[in-house]
Order: sequence, then C-alpha cells, then structure tokens
Amino acid sequence: MTLPDKQEARRLFKQMLQIRYFEDKIMELLSKNIAEGGSHLYAGMEAVAVGAMSSINHDDYITSTHRGHGHAIAKDGDIKALMAEILGKKTGVCKGKGGSLHLADLSKGNLGANGIVGASIGIATGAALSIKMRKNSQVVICFFGDGATNQGIFYESMNIASLWKLPVIYLCENNLYGMSVSVHRATSISDLTKKSLAFDMPSESVDGMDVLAVKECVKKWADYVRKGNGPCFIVANTYRYYGHSRSDPRVYRTKEEEKFWKDRDPIITFPVKMIEAGILTNDETKNIEGEVKQEIEEATEYAINSPYPEPEELYTDLYT
Amino acid sequence: MREITYRQALNEALKEEMERDSTVFSAGEDIAIYGGAYGVTADLWKKFGDDRVKDTPISESAIVGIGIGAAMTGMRPVVEIMYIDFIPLCLEQIANQAAKIRYMFGGKTKVPLTIRTEGGTGRSLGAHHSQSLEAWLLHIPGLKVVMPSTSYDAKGLLKSAIRDDNPVIFIEHKMLYNIKGPVPEEEYTIPIGIADIKKEGKDVTILSYSRMMLFSLEAAKILEKDGINVEVIDLRTLLPLDMETIKKSIKKTNKVIIVEEDTKTGGTGAEVGMKIMEECFDYLDAPIKRIAGADVPMPKSPVLEKIAIPQIDDIIREVKLITS
Repeated sequence: MTLPDKQEARRLFKQMLQIRYFEDKIMELLSKNIAEGGSHLYAGMEAVAVGAMSSINHDDYITSTHRGHGHAIAKDGDIKALMAEILGKKTGVCKGKGGSLHLADLSKGNLGANGIVGASIGIATGAALSIKMRKNSQVVICFFGDGATNQGIFYESMNIASLWKLPVIYLCENNLYGMSVSVHRATSISDLTKKSLAFDMPSESVDGMDVLAVKECVKKWADYVRKGNGPCFIVANTYRYYGHSRSDPRVYRTKEEEKFWKDRDPIITFPVKMIEAGILTNDETKNIEGEVKQEIEEATEYAINSPYPEPEELYTDLYT
Repeated sequence: MREITYRQALNEALKEEMERDSTVFSAGEDIAIYGGAYGVTADLWKKFGDDRVKDTPISESAIVGIGIGAAMTGMRPVVEIMYIDFIPLCLEQIANQAAKIRYMFGGKTKVPLTIRTEGGTGRSLGAHHSQSLEAWLLHIPGLKVVMPSTSYDAKGLLKSAIRDDNPVIFIEHKMLYNIKGPVPEEEYTIPIGIADIKKEGKDVTILSYSRMMLFSLEAAKILEKDGINVEVIDLRTLLPLDMETIKKSIKKTNKVIIVEEDTKTGGTGAEVGMKIMEECFDYLDAPIKRIAGADVPMPKSPVLEKIAIPQIDDIIREVKLITS
C-alpha cells in the first residue's frame, strides 16, 4: 500500500479527528439536552468517509445517509454551519430546516443526507445519469448502510446504473447492524459484495477501519468509473461506536465485539502507523489533536450562540 | 384554428420543449420504441434517440429517484409513470424526496422534475388501472398538481410544467387522449395555478377538472335549455388552487357544486369545499355539494364502473336541486 506524504497524512488524520470530535460533541450536547431531537453518529466509521472523499474531486457528487455527519465533514463541509444545522439554527448549512438527517451542501457536491434508508440510491443514480448526459467527467459516490441493501430501490437503481453504464460508485458501509438487527439476521447472503453479481457489476470489499485501504480502493474504482466503464459496488467493513441513536442501549451486541472493533480504531491506529513510518512525529499528531479540539469548541460556541430562524422562515424555500 | 387530440397536444409539448432545451429528456416504461402505453411519446424516440427518450425497467421508485437526482444536477427530466395506480410504488420518492428536498436543504437546490402520469376510469380496467389518486398528491407541500381537461390546456400546461423549477405532477386522463380540441400552431404556455372559466353563468358554480370537466360542460349545455345558467370552472391546477377565480364566481352565483371522479372520502372536493367554507362562507346561499366517485375499489364490470363515477345525469339532478 502506498504511504501518504506528510501533508496528506496530516489531512487524513485531521479530518478523521474532526469527525470523531464533532460526533463526541454532538453526543455531549444531546445528553445535556442542548441539542434537541436525535442524531445518528458516525464515530468509528471515519476512515470510510475520509478515505473515500480523499480519492475524488471537489466537483464530484456524493449522496449520504441518516448517519451522514461524517460524509458532510469529509466532503469539505463547513464545520460551524454543520454544527449549527444540527442545533436547528439559522446559520446552519440548511438554514435550520434540515437538521442532522438532512445535511446537504450542493456547493460542495453533497446532494444530501436522507431520513429514509436507501432513498438516496435513486438520487445518486440520477446524478450519474445527468453527468453522462452532460458529457461531464464527474463521478458520484452513493453511500448507504448494510440495511439499505435490503430495500427495493437498491436493486432497481443498481440494475439501471449497470444497464446504462453510469458513473457511480455504490459504497456500502457495512457496520453490521441496521438499527438493532445484525446483517446476518437481515440478509440472506454473508458476503454482501455478491449482491452486485445480479447486475454484472464488479465489486470489492475493503477494510473500513483503514483509511489508506479505503483511499486506495476508492481511487482505483473512481478511475474505472470515470473512464465510462460503468458503476461498481464497494463494501467497506466498519463499525459504529455509539448505538443507533441516543436512546439505544446496545443490547444486541457484546462488549467483546465492541472491543474487537475499538482495537482497530482508525484515529488511534493511523497516527501510530504514520509515526512508525517516520511521516508524522508524536508532537505533530498531538498538535493536530489540539487544533481540532479547538476548532470543534469554536464551532460549538458558534452554533449555540447562533440565532434560531425567524418565524417568517416557516413558509420560505418551499417553492422557487 | 386547427384541432388536434389531447394526445397530440401532449406529444407536441414534449417535442417542442426537447427541441428548445437540451437538458429536457424523457424516461419511463415503454415510452421509447413503443411510444408510451397511450401513445403520448410516439415518434420522440426516433427523433431524439436513446439518449433523450429512455425506456426504463419496470422500477417506478428508481424512475422517480433518477429523475430527482438528474433534476438536482442540471437536467430537466420528464418521467412517465404509466398509470397513476403505480404512484404508490414511488410515493416515497415523490413525497419524501422530490417534494421536500428544496425546503429541507434551506432553498439551496431546486428539483425541476415533471412526473407525467395518467388516471381515471372508462376502459373497464379494474381496480389497479382506473384510480384517481390526485388527492393523495395535493396533500404534499412542495409539489404542484396539474390536471388538464382539453388539448389546449394539456399542451400549454405541460410546457409550463417542464419549465417550472419545482416538481410538478402532471395527471392526464385515459379517456381524454382521443378527444380533439383547438390548439394554435404558434407557441404558447398556460401558467400553473390559474383556473379557467370554461362557461360563464350566474345561477350556480360547478368546479371540476380533467374528464369530469367535460361531463360538467355537457350537463350545463342541457340545463341551459331548462333556463338554468351554470358557470363551469376548470380548476386545471389542484395545487396550488386558484381561490381568486373560485371566490369571484361564488360571489356571483352563491352556490357551488364540486364534480370529481376520485373517491369521495378525503378526496379533492373535501379540500376544495373546506377552503370555500373558510374563505367564501358569507357568499353561500346553499350547502356545498360534492358529486364524487363511490368509495369503492374500481370494479371491472362496465356497468358497475359507470355507476361508480359521476354521470351527466347526476350533475343535472344536483344542479336542479340546488337551484330550485
């Protein structure tokens, strides 16, 4: 595997930390009831979003999921505006009308998170059709979880994408659970990559806890897709550290299983690897941690101090 | 003026918009080589090819989802859902995605998507190919719902729908496709959200749309001979509803009958009638009357099918009652 240079290593580590600290902060705000509603946290899965996004361009598209904070941050998201959005503030990236489940930023190519499992698979496929019709060289990464691979629109869309050779990477984040039901209790085959065989679509699985592995895998397939070869299906094996949402007691999984995955935590293993390879120093990684902590604190303060939308905003933005 | 069928009018609108704007394309089941189940897209595939007139698999959710994604990224898709009865298969994409994306994203995107579909009874096709589900759709903020009754309106409104930057559900009627009406050769559009007074009158207002519009006009013609002067308003757009035109008419006639083909309970008339109660109660001299479809799944038998929807005689009877 190719090792990154210092600048790239810094960037990957920093972005993974941004997501982790962001999510830890959201959990804190939820427990203190400063954040209302719910949030599905991406902690544990950082290597997937960061690795994938480091392999595509600024003007490439993504579609995201109900667990979408990580995708939004990794797709050049404005952390202050994302934090404000989750608190429903006027300064949020969607003016406080979307929230955690609907983070979107079209100026960054993020076509949006989604409150409905699997629903963005069709949208991603349409964006890919649009790219092809406009004779553009963009690609789309369509993120979804293992649970979404049991939805009808997954099959409908992937069939069409393969048939029309659309430039889309279907990237399944297999974090082993659809809410509480394990993937093995919900889907009839153990190897999810086989699901794309029905569409004659190539697939590959990748270690979703290893940011460099994800980066290399997505880079290879993004090149393939960009050349007009049609879509592909990637399964990134990963784990979410928090429960499905804040009310989840995690009775469906064991402490041993959680430990197994936490021992492979990308924000711990990646800097160790970079220090061992002489790419980053211990001081540098500590400095990055400090920078990001500070950045998240500032974003939190910004979000908390931001105003809520005015009542007049209720009826704006419905129609053009 | 030349007369063309409702089908031809729609076909012209599609062809002209595709010629005018290279981002417009059509996709749906059997729309390319076959030309559409009711022939609306006939010959478009020959003219524009596979790139812009796309046969899709039988995958309604993906058809609409793809339309949304393409619309968000610079295209102006017109997707066809062959029968409105298939809308439940893609209602998630319509209701949760197309209608809400702009609002949820703080106005930072638009979804210029037209969903053409077709509904109504009349061909003895049974419960899965004969419904009128427009009321489901007008319950969803973020959509526009258009239902033309004439060739002229069909062409002008479809052009406006395609040019609109919001998702528009464009509902045709299977029994109107062969009906001819005047359509000018020259370019025109009809604004969405404006009703049309199809016949002026002073004794009672009939509010209707789509095929029931034609039944209402027939009834009005017959009633004219009995000295009853009916005003017939074609709503044309159900969402947003043109309350100004409705209000003006009720101020004049003080009586209103809503004629609709959809099932009565929770139907279009329930909403239109309640809006009239809220905004025009003081002008009413009689209770609002609804003439609507029976609250049953549409039966196959042509005899039962006919009595399951309003007929011209029903309209005549109710007008006589309300004006007597």
